[in-house]
Amino acid sequence: MADGEYVLEARGVMKIFGNHVALDTVDFGLRKGEVHALLGENGAGKSTLIKVLTGAYQPDGGGIYMDGAQISLDNPLHAQSFGIGTVYQEVNLLPNRSVAENLFLGHQPLRFGFVNFRKMEADARVLLANYDLQIDPASELGTHSVAVQQIVAIARAVQLSGKVLILDEPTASLDRNEVERLFEVIRGLKAKGLAIIFITHFLDQVFAISDRVTVLRNGKLIDTRPLDDLSRTDVVRLMLGKDIAFSGATDIESNAAQNEVLVEFKGYGRKRGVLPFDLTIHKGEVVGVAGLLGSGRTEVARIMFGADPADQGTVTVNGQLTAIRKTTDAIRHGFGFCPEDRKAEGILGDLSVRENIVIALQGKLGWFKALNRDEQFEIAGRFSEAMDIRAASLDMPVKLLSGGNQQKVILSRWLATDPAFLILDEPTRGIDVGAHAEIVRTINRLRDEGMAMLVISSELDEVVAYSSRIVVMRDREMVAELRGKNINPGIIVQAIANNTDEAVA
Amino acid sequence: MTATWEDIVTIISKLAIAASLVTALTSVSFAQENLKGLTIGFSQIGSESGWRAAETSVTKQQAEALGIDLKFADAQQKQENQIKALRGFIAQGVDAILVAPVVATGWEDVLSEAKEAEIPVILLDRGVDAPEDLYLTSVASDQVKEGRVAGDWLVGAVGDADCKIVELQGTVGSTPAINRKKGFEEAIAGHANLTIARSQTGDFTRAKGKEVMEGFIKAENGGADICAVYAHNDDMAVGAIQAIKDAGLKPGTDIKVVSIDGVPDIFQAMVAGEANASVELTPNMAGPAFAALSAYLADGTAPAKFIITESKLYTPKDNPQGEYDTRKGLGY
Amino acid sequence: MKRLHLERLANPQLLALVAVLLINWLLFPNFFRIAWQDGRLFGSMIDVINRGAPVAILAIGMTGVIATKGVDLSVGAIMAVCGAVAATMVVAGYPTPIAVIAALAVGLACGLWNGFLVAVLDIQPIIATLVLMVAGRGIAQLITEGSIVTFNDPALVYLGTGSFFGFPMAAVIALVLMIVVTLLVRRTAIGLFIQAIGVNRAAASLAGIHSRMLLMLVYALSGFCAAIAGIVVAADIRGADANNSGLWLELDAILAVVIGGTSLLGGKFSIPLAVVGALIIQAMNTGILVSGFRPEFNLIVKAGMIILILMLQSPLLGNAIGFFKRDPKQANSR
Repeated sequence: MADGEYVLEARGVMKIFGNHVALDTVDFGLRKGEVHALLGENGAGKSTLIKVLTGAYQPDGGGIYMDGAQISLDNPLHAQSFGIGTVYQEVNLLPNRSVAENLFLGHQPLRFGFVNFRKMEADARVLLANYDLQIDPASELGTHSVAVQQIVAIARAVQLSGKVLILDEPTASLDRNEVERLFEVIRGLKAKGLAIIFITHFLDQVFAISDRVTVLRNGKLIDTRPLDDLSRTDVVRLMLGKDIAFSGATDIESNAAQNEVLVEFKGYGRKRGVLPFDLTIHKGEVVGVAGLLGSGRTEVARIMFGADPADQGTVTVNGQLTAIRKTTDAIRHGFGFCPEDRKAEGILGDLSVRENIVIALQGKLGWFKALNRDEQFEIAGRFSEAMDIRAASLDMPVKLLSGGNQQKVILSRWLATDPAFLILDEPTRGIDVGAHAEIVRTINRLRDEGMAMLVISSELDEVVAYSSRIVVMRDREMVAELRGKNINPGIIVQAIANNTDEAVA
Repeated sequence: MTATWEDIVTIISKLAIAASLVTALTSVSFAQENLKGLTIGFSQIGSESGWRAAETSVTKQQAEALGIDLKFADAQQKQENQIKALRGFIAQGVDAILVAPVVATGWEDVLSEAKEAEIPVILLDRGVDAPEDLYLTSVASDQVKEGRVAGDWLVGAVGDADCKIVELQGTVGSTPAINRKKGFEEAIAGHANLTIARSQTGDFTRAKGKEVMEGFIKAENGGADICAVYAHNDDMAVGAIQAIKDAGLKPGTDIKVVSIDGVPDIFQAMVAGEANASVELTPNMAGPAFAALSAYLADGTAPAKFIITESKLYTPKDNPQGEYDTRKGLGY
Repeated sequence: MKRLHLERLANPQLLALVAVLLINWLLFPNFFRIAWQDGRLFGSMIDVINRGAPVAILAIGMTGVIATKGVDLSVGAIMAVCGAVAATMVVAGYPTPIAVIAALAVGLACGLWNGFLVAVLDIQPIIATLVLMVAGRGIAQLITEGSIVTFNDPALVYLGTGSFFGFPMAAVIALVLMIVVTLLVRRTAIGLFIQAIGVNRAAASLAGIHSRMLLMLVYALSGFCAAIAGIVVAADIRGADANNSGLWLELDAILAVVIGGTSLLGGKFSIPLAVVGALIIQAMNTGILVSGFRPEFNLIVKAGMIILILMLQSPLLGNAIGFFKRDPKQANSR
């Protein structure tokens, strides 16, 4: 600690839950006017550290120092009084109240004991101008985009605390432009001398905005380094403790095109969902789907799986014209679907890992051909081993697993049904690097084994890495289909952006 | 269910019996000629119990016998429906209104409206919290007296012998439960040989009456220590009778059964020798009401503000089969 | 294996039942005395299982509904309707089996109606079942014409007051029903599917489970169980009491299920433990009757006991005293 000028510092912090050491003598120092990225796989101790720094948890050892003096934080409100503010991934504001009220809730300007709405809105306008937000302070917060809400949350946190700002995955639900907007706000705050802790899963974003990075692994501090002299590979190595092989752009110049046709959609579409599209999927190929949020990419997946049935067009499976009106129709044809929103539509949180894995197979078998316990354990065991699912027991509730492991459980659920065609919607979103690699590996393996897949992902590097073909969605329309050497991020971005004619090979 | 000859015969005989009861109950009708052709509104609470259904049928029969055009309105347990019905009667300009109020409060406005329209209102069965000048009279039973009549009978029946009584109360906190308990306790107060050993609520229902009696029997040495059961209504008594039989004892003999209301099933139990006494809560509230109305309309005689109906005691000596047949068709 | 066995016996529901029975015994020393009388067992414990049977039967059906994150408020009213159907039919001279089958069919139809509202029209269960809760009692009154329909049909009466090898018929029916339904849901995949729907209906549907059909099934089962309870209760008092039969019993049934450890938020459920829950409630009722407390205290005593039992079950307290804490493996092995 060459320069003892840390605004906020954790020295030798310990946190123990039962017999699990969540933080093991971790040192962490935050300087004035820096953006400090905090990285680690799920379960590395990031959120525990944040909770200690905001007073939500009391450390079991070590101490918290502010400007060199030891402080003790009773709770997040108390931390706020020390100038430490936090903004979470899910905006923690009141969507049905006005922007101004959200900014000043709890400390509204008063006049004769009543809230002075006029002054509050005027103050809000001034405050929002600092963030380049031209919105009406009297408007309901919920009517604005998540990005705007996120900025309002930041404005509130800065207004209330003003020294340290902790951003806990603020970009998780934002699209590219919104992220850029948020970054401008962060840069502005940094210039004003705020110390900012930034937590994210996106390495690009770490490099785009951070000055230094601290990596945690298994509750231990691995290193704190300036980002200038680090490469992406370095960071990944720090996080995982090993090199992982990201295969990069592959040459899956598919002979898949010569393979048998598995599914063929013709003029397939749904009002207010997706404009009619034609798409042929062969055995042993991965069709990647690229497009911005709201481009209709998720809708394509749902219409194919019958979750929102098509109202026009035809579908042919194995040469047979058929109809997919509900999910069970799709499953009967050997389809499987991992939805984007894992928590709301994927996992059965309170049920065990075992039950989560066998549920789709059991659904296919019906009410009366029940798998007995031994069969369930055999199936669940086989897949949890094959997919490297990290669970203390197959009988523990799946909600206690990390996001990456939950995703592997859902993938296993479908693999257990021995599917012919898998639809994966953002299979790697919000999961740690290790699980990410495991899932990419699995996609490659399944393709080589002859399974057909449709994979939606907003990570272009990733789509490029495993797709034999890529379709691009824009404004609920399938606008391009890329093959061969056209499968590269630059061309995809062009196709998404507009230049359809140039992009199509 | 096709109607057979037997069905038809039964129906006719029911009607005949009902008619004979009406004749019996309205033996003073010759004096009430002035009610003939009048239109009278009747707002009933609903049909939440057999007794209430019987009150409705007796009222309708009474009106028919007197040549009254009775406008009947079922409030389905809601005061707002009753107030609506009363306003409707007032608008139609009926000659008088009978109302069995579902609750005691909130009647002043609508009763004042009736008074302004010069329509006399008679309360049946329950009272209201409103100035007395807003209604002509109120016809109701004296619940304390009912309890007292039951107690007096038991005092006479056991004589000097020691008697441990178990009591099946009505719904906790309800007015009839409080009053019927009070009257009974008054009646046995001077007799040290009679004691209430156990008292629990049977919620005025047959099922709870049976369950509570089962518990009492277990708690009192298999029922051997119990001399009598006093139930706040007949339904609970009918349940208790079944519990006594299930325990291998003879109701009416091993354990005396006394209760209140006089519903048909208790008369059937008396016929079988399983019940000893029941104090009638007459469903004929309309008879005294019409009599008071007739007198008032004839020469302006103001009736007593509170007309108390008779609390008549029935025992197996009072032709229970006949009483059963009389009441069976009334909708109990 | 042995450890598993002991842990099962130490679950909070059975401990609570034992505790309530012991309290009853302290208040009334003859509580456990059972005699043989007129070809049947006779004693307070027998009263507990006999009187607890209707709520237990309701709880068996209610468990499935609550496990799907639903609730069935109409069971009390369905009891009244079905009791009225059975009673009026035997009084009208129909053979007992026909009357009983008709009553069961009516209960099933009521349940299917609830299921239709919930599964097909997507009405919230509490509202959907409120319809029949209110209307059902009116229908029952129409059937009985407002009076208690008294009957003496020996076969029907046997269902409520008969005895089977000395045990009260109502309890035997509840036990058989519990075993049959438990086997039905555990030996087939239905139990797993019910849990899946309760935990996350959207995810369960995407995993290929016919959630509508299952919801129809659980509500139909609940209606069917209510019909059985209604017949038993009417048979017990030899009369169909449209106004009072099953009154507020839906709440007792919900309470029994919750005491049995099934969360109102759906998911994991246990039918046998819901039956134990019903027995706990009845043990308290019977205890109050034999204890000689004044009736004004009934509800207070009951409320106090229930708060105590639910507190013992709360995960927070369980963890704090480390007594009822079971490792996830055990919690899931049911």
